[in-house]
Amino acid sequence: MKERIKLLIIVLIFLACYFIPWSNSTIRQSGLEAFMMLQEYAREHVLTCLIPAFFIAGAIAVFVSQASVLKYFGARAKKFLSYSVASVSGTVLAVCSCTVLPLFAGIYSRGAGIGPATAFLYSGPAINVLAIVLTARILGWQLGLARAIGAVLFAILTGLLMAFFFRKDDTARIAGQIYLPEEGDKGRTLTQEAFFMLTLVLILIFAAFAKPAEGSTGLWPIIFAVKWYITGGLLVVLGFMLKGWFVKDERVTWVQSTWGFMKQIFPLLGAGVLVAGFMLGRPGHSALIPEHYIQYLVGGNSLWANLFASVSGALMYFATLTEVPILQGLLGAGMGKGPALSLLLAGPALSLPNMLVIGSVMGVKKTATFCVIIVVMSTIAGMCYGAIVG
Amino acid sequence: MEIKILGSGCPKCQTTEKNVKEALAESGLNAQVDKVTNVMEIAKYGVFLTPAVVIDGKVKSVGKIPDMEEIKMWIEQ
Repeated sequence: MKERIKLLIIVLIFLACYFIPWSNSTIRQSGLEAFMMLQEYAREHVLTCLIPAFFIAGAIAVFVSQASVLKYFGARAKKFLSYSVASVSGTVLAVCSCTVLPLFAGIYSRGAGIGPATAFLYSGPAINVLAIVLTARILGWQLGLARAIGAVLFAILTGLLMAFFFRKDDTARIAGQIYLPEEGDKGRTLTQEAFFMLTLVLILIFAAFAKPAEGSTGLWPIIFAVKWYITGGLLVVLGFMLKGWFVKDERVTWVQSTWGFMKQIFPLLGAGVLVAGFMLGRPGHSALIPEHYIQYLVGGNSLWANLFASVSGALMYFATLTEVPILQGLLGAGMGKGPALSLLLAGPALSLPNMLVIGSVMGVKKTATFCVIIVVMSTIAGMCYGAIVG
Repeated sequence: MEIKILGSGCPKCQTTEKNVKEALAESGLNAQVDKVTNVMEIAKYGVFLTPAVVIDGKVKSVGKIPDMEEIKMWIEQ
């Protein structure tokens, strides 16, 4: 960080300390809400949901061979495979947009072309495993599922549309050597890796298992009653797998990469929760922004509300995962379910700074088309979802 | 010798740069170390995943942080 930027931050903090009118009761209420919301996250979501999810993200980054995924993006790869892999590979390849952009530029200019490249550009930030897990956990599984399905479908559709619109495109593609990360000999079978991932995912599911509604019967309460025993048992199994199937180096890199994700994401998420709490408050509590504004802008399921949500989502920059607390606040203040999905689908993939970089890679016209496609599709998806869920 | 570090400025790329500089200092060699941050420039090298290290036009590592031993091997050749 440059010294000048440090100074700027300190000056901003000072001005905030100096001028925020804490004697005003609304401001006090908002400040309290910010920390109440942070506490809710710390108590409800960090240990059982975020920490296991970080370990899964770390495991994916280290143990899933990136070379095996990337070879589907080469210039000679089959188109059908390129699209399908591009639409789901966000789960495997990317957690933050800083890895997505170089990959996108590579696929676009040296590899499979504009269709798969834009499919990947969309799916990369939109469907990473952390985002889906946290969405399902905090905003409800319906929205989590809708987000996951929507993101995969959108990726394919966006790619196909872009390839169709620009089919006469004659961007000179430089055919040349493509360098992929080397595929080390790992001494594990694919089945073993699949079981390892499955165990991690099961730990996450059981640790985060939601408390059933009062008086419900059947399997749900039984599972809830024994969830910690199941989780414990799975942890023991995990321990044996780690000991038997992995060498020390791999375990170390796994923990390092998990730690890397935590360092990168926790501060941002914490700040995001504080801001969302300050502006919007927890569901059912009001804070700085009065609820009728939110209801006026994005309440219900009108075309206007959905369009507004997807356009503002497309312009705003959400640091990884912060879209979730912000949406939680918005939903609590009266945002409709449809506009919420619109924002989730348009938000993480696009932002103003992101558009500038994309523009430098594929030009203004294509970037504009890409953004319009996403905004229009998000709006439509939001309206459909709002109509179904109500 | 000309060393290029390709990466859009993420923490991994910064670690890579630090490792390269330390390896150079330890082996007492002199080299020009440049950072390439423009994504189109990066793509021109045929590199899909960053950080990547390019020495005298040859791509040495892709998508990972090379450790000091590896870097020393490359630069001492």
